[in-house]
Parts: sequence; C-alpha cells; structure tokens
Amino acid sequence: MRKRIFSIILLVLVFILIPVSAFAEGEAKIDTGDTAFTLISIALVFFMTPGLALFYGGMVRKKNVLNTMMNSFVIIGLISIQWILIGYTLAFGTDISGLIGGLDFLGFTGVGQAPNVDLAATIPHGAFAMYQLMFAIITPALITGAFAERMRFPAFIVFTLLWATLVYDPLAHWVWGVGGWLRTLGALDFAGGTVVHISSGVAGLVIALFLGKRKGHSVTPMIPHNIPFVLLGAAILWFGWFGFNAGSALGANGLAVSALITTNTAAAAALLSWIVVEWLHHGKPTLLGAATGAVVGLVAITPGAGFVTPLAAIIIGLLVSPICYFAISVVKSKLGYDDALDAFGCHGVGGIFGAIATGLFATKSVNPAGANGLFYGNPSQLWIQVLSVIVTIVLSAVVSFIILKVISLFTTLRVTEEEEEDGLDITQHGENAYPDFSANQEIVL
Amino acid sequence: MKKIEAIIRPGKLEEIKESLNKFNVHGLTISQVMGCGHQKGRKEFYRGTEVTLNLLPKIKIEIIANDSVVEDIVDLIVQEGKTGEVGDGKIFIYNVEDVVRIRTGERGEKAI
Repeated sequence: MRKRIFSIILLVLVFILIPVSAFAEGEAKIDTGDTAFTLISIALVFFMTPGLALFYGGMVRKKNVLNTMMNSFVIIGLISIQWILIGYTLAFGTDISGLIGGLDFLGFTGVGQAPNVDLAATIPHGAFAMYQLMFAIITPALITGAFAERMRFPAFIVFTLLWATLVYDPLAHWVWGVGGWLRTLGALDFAGGTVVHISSGVAGLVIALFLGKRKGHSVTPMIPHNIPFVLLGAAILWFGWFGFNAGSALGANGLAVSALITTNTAAAAALLSWIVVEWLHHGKPTLLGAATGAVVGLVAITPGAGFVTPLAAIIIGLLVSPICYFAISVVKSKLGYDDALDAFGCHGVGGIFGAIATGLFATKSVNPAGANGLFYGNPSQLWIQVLSVIVTIVLSAVVSFIILKVISLFTTLRVTEEEEEDGLDITQHGENAYPDFSANQEIVL
Repeated sequence: MKKIEAIIRPGKLEEIKESLNKFNVHGLTISQVMGCGHQKGRKEFYRGTEVTLNLLPKIKIEIIANDSVVEDIVDLIVQEGKTGEVGDGKIFIYNVEDVVRIRTGERGEKAI
C-alpha cells in the first residue's frame, strides 16, 4: 500500500516537473528587462478590474452596489480558472484554419518558463499567458455595466463562462493568435480595441435589450449613489491602462513608451473635450463627465496606441468624447434601451471609433511592424479596420444572443420585480453595503 | 410648552443654529430629510441625460420651548432662514403634553 502511494506521488512529481524541464530546451533567450516589465504590466492590468468595480459600483443606486462590484470581482475567480483549463489554448493554441486555437495548451500544459518564440520571444511563455489572462478577465467585467441592477447572479455566472469561451477566446485568436484570420488579413489592434472593447460593448447592448429596462426606468430617478467611487475607479483604470497599452509592446522598449505617451495623451484630451461638451450643452462641467471622458479616451486609443503619433492621440481623444456623449445622451434615450452604466455607449462606441481612427492615423514611422493608415496614403488599411469592426460586432451580437436564448430555456435571467425593488445586494447576496444601524440579529433591516 | 418644527434650506442650518445659540436655546434635534413643495424639485444631468429630482434635501429642526419664547424663536428662524426664493421651507408649531428628563425623572417645563 505504501509503495503504491509512493509511486503515485512520484508520478505527480514527474507531471509537475515536465514544464520545468522544457526550460532548458527554449531556443529564444529570456530578456530580464522585458520579463520584469511584463510582470509589472500583468499586475497593472489585473488592478483594472477592481477599479472597474468601483467605477461601476459608484454609478448604481446604493441597494445594488455590492452586486455590481461582485459581478466584476467574481469574474477574476471564474476566468482565472477557465483560462488555465481551456481559455488560453482556445485563444493561443496552435492555429486551426485561422478560426480557433488547438488544444495543445490545455490545462496550461507546455506553458512554462521558456519563451514561446511565435507569441513573445523574450519573455517566459507563462508571463505572456498570464498577461493575456488579465485581458480575458476585464472584458466580460465590462459587460456587467449594461445589465446592472437587474440580472440574476447565477444566470450571470453561466453567461460569463459561456461568453468567455464562445466569444472572447475565438475572437482573441482571430485578432492576436498566430494564424488568426483577422491578424493575417492585417487588422491593427494594438491592445484590444476590437477584442476587448467592441466585443464587450456589443454584448452589453444585446443583453440590455434582451433583459429589458430596469423597473421604473425613466420614471424613477436612477442616479449614481457615490461619484467619488466613480472617480477612484476611473483613476485606477487610467493607472492600469499603462500596463494594458504600453505592456502590449511585450517588452521594455521604445514602442512601449510610445504607447504610454499616446495613452495618457488621448485620455487627457478626452477628459477635457467631455467637460467642454457638457459645459456648452448644459452649462456645468461634471466630475462624472470628466471620469467618463477619461475612460472613453483610453478606450479609443487602445487599438492604435502603438501605431499613432502623440498629435494623432490628441485628435482621437478630442473626438471620442463628443461621439460617446451623443450616443449616450441622445441616441440611447431616443432608442429607449436601458444600457444602465453605458457599457455600449463607452466601450462599444468608443472602441468602434478607435478601431476606425487607427485605420486613419496609423503610421509605420511609429511602428514599422504596423501599417500606414488612410492619412499616410494607405486607404486599404481603413477598410481592413472597418471589416474587423463589423466582424467583431456580428460575432459578439449573434453569439451573445444565442447564449442568452439558451440560458433562458433553463432558468430566468432577470430577478423578480420584488427583488429588483428590494435591491440585488440583499436579494442576491444577503448583504447590505450601508447598514443604517449597526445591525445585530434582533434588528433586521 | 410648544414644539417648533422647522423645515429649512440645508445651507441655512449654521446661521440658524448660531443665532439660536445666542438666544440661549441650547436644546435642539436636527435631521436630514427629503421633501417637496412649491419648489417642485430640480434638474440634474448625468452623462448628458436629464434627470428630474422631485424630492429635495432639506433639514428639519425640532425645538421644545416654553410658550413665552416661542414667538422669538420663530422670528429668529424666519429672519435667518429667509432668502425670499421659493424653497425656504416652513415652520410648524404644536402643543406638547409633557416632557420627561430621562436622567432625573423631572417632568414639565423643568425638564426642557
């Protein structure tokens, strides 16, 4: 019996040691600077999701703040596991006809300390995979803004797992995977304008339409309960975005610095242009508007961060805010859908604009590995960008709808009217963010 | 004994409290309340979307006083709380049956 246990332990040890032994075989040489920078970028992008929890949590009514924050935070748990088991290999495994990654990295097998020359030649393969994980986490978290204050927690979990597997992972492969068909076509997406922002924004719109409006929408005032939270969240997003965009250079190099410059510049320009539009339209600049402007600026520069000049970043930032402002304040109310926290209005619209702007402003003088855009004499790049936008919209909209339809066959997606009135904090989680009295067991509030 | 219940603009609280203090009124209770009257709420804009808020924040002051000083207190509140615009608030005056000081058990005017 003891011998048997011993041999099992030995077997387990062998399995654990397999990836380590691969280390010696790596052809490419690890660059310590690149690896250190990527490790820091992983932490920066990770921190964006708790930042998003604050950004969204401050915007809902106080009876729903915990549920809204939980939606973002629990995704860190869900996708971290999904990514190891299946997600990473679907996105970055050996290409199968341009459409999906093969199963060679199932369970992170072969994702070890040695670099993968095709994906990132100077950092350990594991660092690349974990960096990509952080993008896979924040993308479904962005969607949660659209269905805030009304989706059942169990249905949300099932939706998130299916969406990550059936929309995000294939799309990441198409755009970033070696052999992915959009990448082969030449679509430029430096840090995830299509994969992260358009896909999540469009999914948000579909789910907002599918679930319907919140009870009392446009009758009861539904206003942010804590705008200081929103600002803190926006600031953390901005901070993390340096890892998101500059980190996408996958090296501590000039391109990373170039992306960092355009990132900060576009966010600053969009912050200013948002409050100017508000000032002109309603007479007062708001902090919610400044925070929103900064975020849509970051969204818009994401696809072009490593391909455009700082002056182009100013133009992109200045233009994105009026476009998103129009989408949120005019188009949304005209069409009447209830995208509660403007996941589509900010990430969908801002992402689409950014992807198209990349096709206008991209220049090989910034990044020789990129392409020239329309303003640099290459109109075909604009069409490739438009095509990648359309493909992303169609994939995300159609598959999101099918997922929702299938889930709705098995369970209800939306909380009951009474649960919505009482708030999702109490009804979904049995917690109260701001108890009025220090509640003991006798006082149930 | 009377209870004076005043609904006032939040921004006027400090001035009213100060002048009541000078008039030697040291006992009062205040609460943050929401309400509506002729002022009919206000408009706010969130991401460019107009939101009409019917209920506005106000402050409620409650004071129990001897009959002899009630008029003076009411005058003070009106004087300090008035802007002349709609939304200055209202004062309600009620009769009070009795007052009990919990610490000593004293009753009536002695307990105020």
